[in-house]
Amino acid sequence: MSDNITGIIAPIRLDYRYTPGTATSLFLRAMKEGRFEGRRCPSCSKVYFPPRGGCSMCGVEFAETVPLANTGTVATYTIVNVNFANRAVELPYVVGEVVFDGADVSTSLLIQGVPLDEVRQGMRVEAKWIPQDQWDYSLANISHVEALDEPDAPFESYRDAI
Amino acid sequence: MIEVLSAPHSMEFDYTRSTGPVVGAFLTGLRDQKVLAYKASDGAIVCPPPEFDLANNAPVKAEDLIEVGPEGVVTSWSWNPVPRAGNPFDVPFAWALVKLDGATSSMLHALDAPRDAITTGMRVKVRWADERVGYINDIACFEPTVA
Repeated sequence: MSDNITGIIAPIRLDYRYTPGTATSLFLRAMKEGRFEGRRCPSCSKVYFPPRGGCSMCGVEFAETVPLANTGTVATYTIVNVNFANRAVELPYVVGEVVFDGADVSTSLLIQGVPLDEVRQGMRVEAKWIPQDQWDYSLANISHVEALDEPDAPFESYRDAI
Repeated sequence: MIEVLSAPHSMEFDYTRSTGPVVGAFLTGLRDQKVLAYKASDGAIVCPPPEFDLANNAPVKAEDLIEVGPEGVVTSWSWNPVPRAGNPFDVPFAWALVKLDGATSSMLHALDAPRDAITTGMRVKVRWADERVGYINDIACFEPTVA
């Protein structure tokens, strides 16, 4: 017969039912409707986005929901040169930690439309949403962020998010 | 009152695995409709073949493998009333340990027989898959030698 077997493909699949809890459910419903909503800690006043049930620093449950802007600041970033299995983005690409205006913690998002050597900390960016008829209960409604034509934010404004 | 969301969430990852000299030879045998076993240093004939001799820990080589089966005897079995995705059948079926003729150990595979027809000690044989690619599913299942 033909050649000897030297390798196999071993498929692994796990089917879960994901129940995100009250805080993330609120966040995902807002995303479905095209809104950024953070939640504020009643103790330290920091605004979490994406929101959690409570403040990890103070151990206090959140109560207040805070609308956030569609614009933010790149706190830090990384240039990705190795592809993931399902990432259909051309290499190399940039992933940034974006602090949206009104929030105190950062969110990982794709940065596009900026040459690699021009991406920097403090860069002002704007979230780009996918077409409204495709919005789902997902942060993936934001396809990426793009640079705004604005002066960089001062380091002090995002230092606590790093 | 907040209505909590809930949705299916599936994770999938295909591993590409090197089979090495022993498992590779075993799978090559299955593709060619042969079941290979290892004649161990203590006289045991082990199927499927291990990669190391269970008695003296020596590495097993492809040339140490011998053909067994394709008939054998059920040494133990268990009924699976709720088949899962990826199982060989999508209706209730049995998993069986089958000691192939010539072997001294048993291998696990599906057995296609009615539940009330299955007994420990029953004679079975390999049912080969129509399309064989060098994978354990090249044995579609075991089936009774006498219908």
